[in-house]
Amino acid sequence: MLVTKYVITSPESDILPSDIAMKIYGSGHKVNVKETCFGVVINGEEDVIAKLVKDIRMLDPPGIFIKDRGFPPGDPRRCRGRRGGGARPGFYMIESETKLLPMISRALAFEGDAPDVPDKEKPLHLKRLEEIIKEDLS
Amino acid sequence: MAKVIVYPPTSMILSDLVDRMGHKALVVPEAVRKLATANDIQSPPLNVTPEEPKKGLRYAAVDVPSGVRGRMALIGPIIEEAEAAIIVEDPGWLTGCAGCSRTNELVRLLIRTKGVPLLDLSYPNNDAEAKAFVKKIRAFLEGLK
Repeated sequence: MLVTKYVITSPESDILPSDIAMKIYGSGHKVNVKETCFGVVINGEEDVIAKLVKDIRMLDPPGIFIKDRGFPPGDPRRCRGRRGGGARPGFYMIESETKLLPMISRALAFEGDAPDVPDKEKPLHLKRLEEIIKEDLS
Repeated sequence: MAKVIVYPPTSMILSDLVDRMGHKALVVPEAVRKLATANDIQSPPLNVTPEEPKKGLRYAAVDVPSGVRGRMALIGPIIEEAEAAIIVEDPGWLTGCAGCSRTNELVRLLIRTKGVPLLDLSYPNNDAEAKAFVKKIRAFLEGLK
């Protein structure tokens, strides 16, 4: 079965989309590669892509992120060249998460003990709210 | 290797972290792929046939908006397959498959009531939070092996 994956580089990674594309071309596997501004889109047989993904990750383990994609690269149903321009549906999610990638990359590369972060303040639990109401009204 | 559903179901960060730790991430693009690349496209361009809303009816009533039922036709079967779950609090910028707030409420409810091991998190805002975020996910996924 043919599968498609995004290979996305962290903005702080030294690896360029062209480096990933060259790595894939050099591997000799029969896969389609499309370079984009944020990484590459690769399409090929499932087992070949799984092996390739492991090799690509080795270029920069904390700085390269992989995501599944439903449509093959250049698909006219999604390609903006056929849709009159604008960002492709789904790009906005990648764009939003890409802003977090430098932090996640640094966290993945960090080998010490992560500091404890206090939990964010959560809304009052419903049971506690009921108790407060009963106390005040009784 | 456990099948882990991630919320948001289109999250690159979560699906990557799950795959990185040796588990299978259950995500929406896989369900979309089955429809969009099927050899026998019955209903071009996206191959959404009358069967899809019927699948959605298993999770939402007929008077629920079709957008919810359509999304549930993709996400519902994934939830059924899940053996564990990671839910990250709604960051406020979800789009596309994950862009419907009512569907997202239903998805979170179905995951929580399924009774599988669950990790609740929120997206990090700084380096310390990111380290804790990765540490919690790593510990959770290692516990599934």
